[in-house]
Amino acid sequence: MSKVIVVTSGKGGVGKTTTSASFSSGLALRGNKTVVIDFDVGLRNLDLIMGCERRVVYDIINVINGEVTLKQALIKDKNCDNLYILPASQTRDKDALNLEGVERILNELKESFDCIVCDSPAGIESGAFTAMYFADEALVVTNPEVSSVRDSDRILGILAAKSKRAVDGLDPVKEHLLITRYDPKRVEAGEMLSVTDIQEILRIPLIGVIPESESVLQASNAGTPAIHLDKSDVAEAYRDVVGRFMGDERLPMRFVTVEKKSFLKRLLGGR
Amino acid sequence: MAHAEPAFKLKIANLSLFVLYVNTTDMAQLKNQLDTRVNKTHNFFSNTPVALDLSAIANSNISLDFADLISFMLNHGMHATGVIGGSTEQREAAVQSGLGLFPDTIVKPAIKTAPVPTTAPSITPNAEKTNQPELPEFGLTIDTNNSNVLDSDTQRQNPVSQVLPTFRPTMIINKPVRTGQRIYAEGSNLVVLGVVNAGAELIADGDIHIYAPLRGRAIAGAQGNENARIFVHSLEAELISVAGCFKVFENGIPENLRGKPVQVHLNGSDLIIQPLLS
Repeated sequence: MSKVIVVTSGKGGVGKTTTSASFSSGLALRGNKTVVIDFDVGLRNLDLIMGCERRVVYDIINVINGEVTLKQALIKDKNCDNLYILPASQTRDKDALNLEGVERILNELKESFDCIVCDSPAGIESGAFTAMYFADEALVVTNPEVSSVRDSDRILGILAAKSKRAVDGLDPVKEHLLITRYDPKRVEAGEMLSVTDIQEILRIPLIGVIPESESVLQASNAGTPAIHLDKSDVAEAYRDVVGRFMGDERLPMRFVTVEKKSFLKRLLGGR
Repeated sequence: MAHAEPAFKLKIANLSLFVLYVNTTDMAQLKNQLDTRVNKTHNFFSNTPVALDLSAIANSNISLDFADLISFMLNHGMHATGVIGGSTEQREAAVQSGLGLFPDTIVKPAIKTAPVPTTAPSITPNAEKTNQPELPEFGLTIDTNNSNVLDSDTQRQNPVSQVLPTFRPTMIINKPVRTGQRIYAEGSNLVVLGVVNAGAELIADGDIHIYAPLRGRAIAGAQGNENARIFVHSLEAELISVAGCFKVFENGIPENLRGKPVQVHLNGSDLIIQPLLS
């Protein structure tokens, strides 16, 4: 049974596309046949993060309009065999997306993919709504910061009230909280909301905490999803997220506290 | 040949209806007061069906100029639909002007309370089986079935059991109420079991109970019920209001109330927030 997973947040710049890229790559690395769809029509970014921007010929709007087949528009990922990308259109706007067209595409993708990851645009307008409407599960990406938390709260409200599952009276969309750009040092200093603070407000299960890291920017610019970085805490954190998503509940929540360097490590000048 | 689909259904529906109680045969006075009242709440009526209750003037041998009244009401968004009570002559005149006749008996069975003008609180409710409410100050009163009271400045909402019993079951919300969501318990109480986050809004015509943190807004007695109360398990609210009397917490909630179980009620025009003692 294939799953439609939306990566959403309400607020922009919190790491939706970074998460979509790494999460879908992680799913593929674990053997799931995965496709990631960029719903940010007009502000296409996912292809850059995935490093396939030069291979984009057709996009989701072409498929919706019936100009090309789905197969023609899907781009195979360079890092993972099981991963495909359906890019957004750069020259159109979000009104070109319609629910009927998206539903048709998703149904077709469900025939051959296990996981369909929808990278939502920011905001709560039609683009974001279309991306979340058909979701079975949702990764709600939140930064430890009040405005981001409030926007996530708004998105959770919309998921609970207006998604297809809500409208049809099915089981509600399964919600996962993903906290990104987390800096335990600044949390300790009282400059950032803590994981507990965020959970107290949003009250949905936590699927992972991604630490703030410079390597994310480097990975984006290099067109490689952060999960592929060697020896990076971000990559580890994303792998944990995928693990928990696949049902491994025992994984400890890492990167939530300040790491105390041991005496020996300090002496030897460890990382 | 296939059986034809039924083209219509004929049923009796219990609808709530505005009733205009006509207390005078003086058209000038009636129009004047009606004009003043309706203008206070602009656009309240819009093609709204309204019945005319003539019981109070049934003993008068003067009949109203219904054609004139109908067009006057229409100008104010009210569609006169028919008359209740009145003398035989008045009812005949009404029919001549195209109005329907409501059975004379609809207000008679088992009236518990008749409408009371709260501007004259000394008057006790007419408990008798009468359909002649005494309304000394206003030439008319407008009844609603427990919703949409016309003016909130002077009137307190009274239970009106003219057509239907007004009991509505409590609305219960067992999920978090998130920012941007608004819940309105029309004509009833509201119970919320999930967290009410900042930017969310709870509105009830009756009381509001929240068995979780309230971080958003809670508005009880939205139609002007000054006896409405708010009960909160953990007060962290942005705004609380009872019958239009509200409080915001610009400088934070006082230490002795913040995060505590409290109740909120109205004492005169003061909004009282007090800790719930266990």
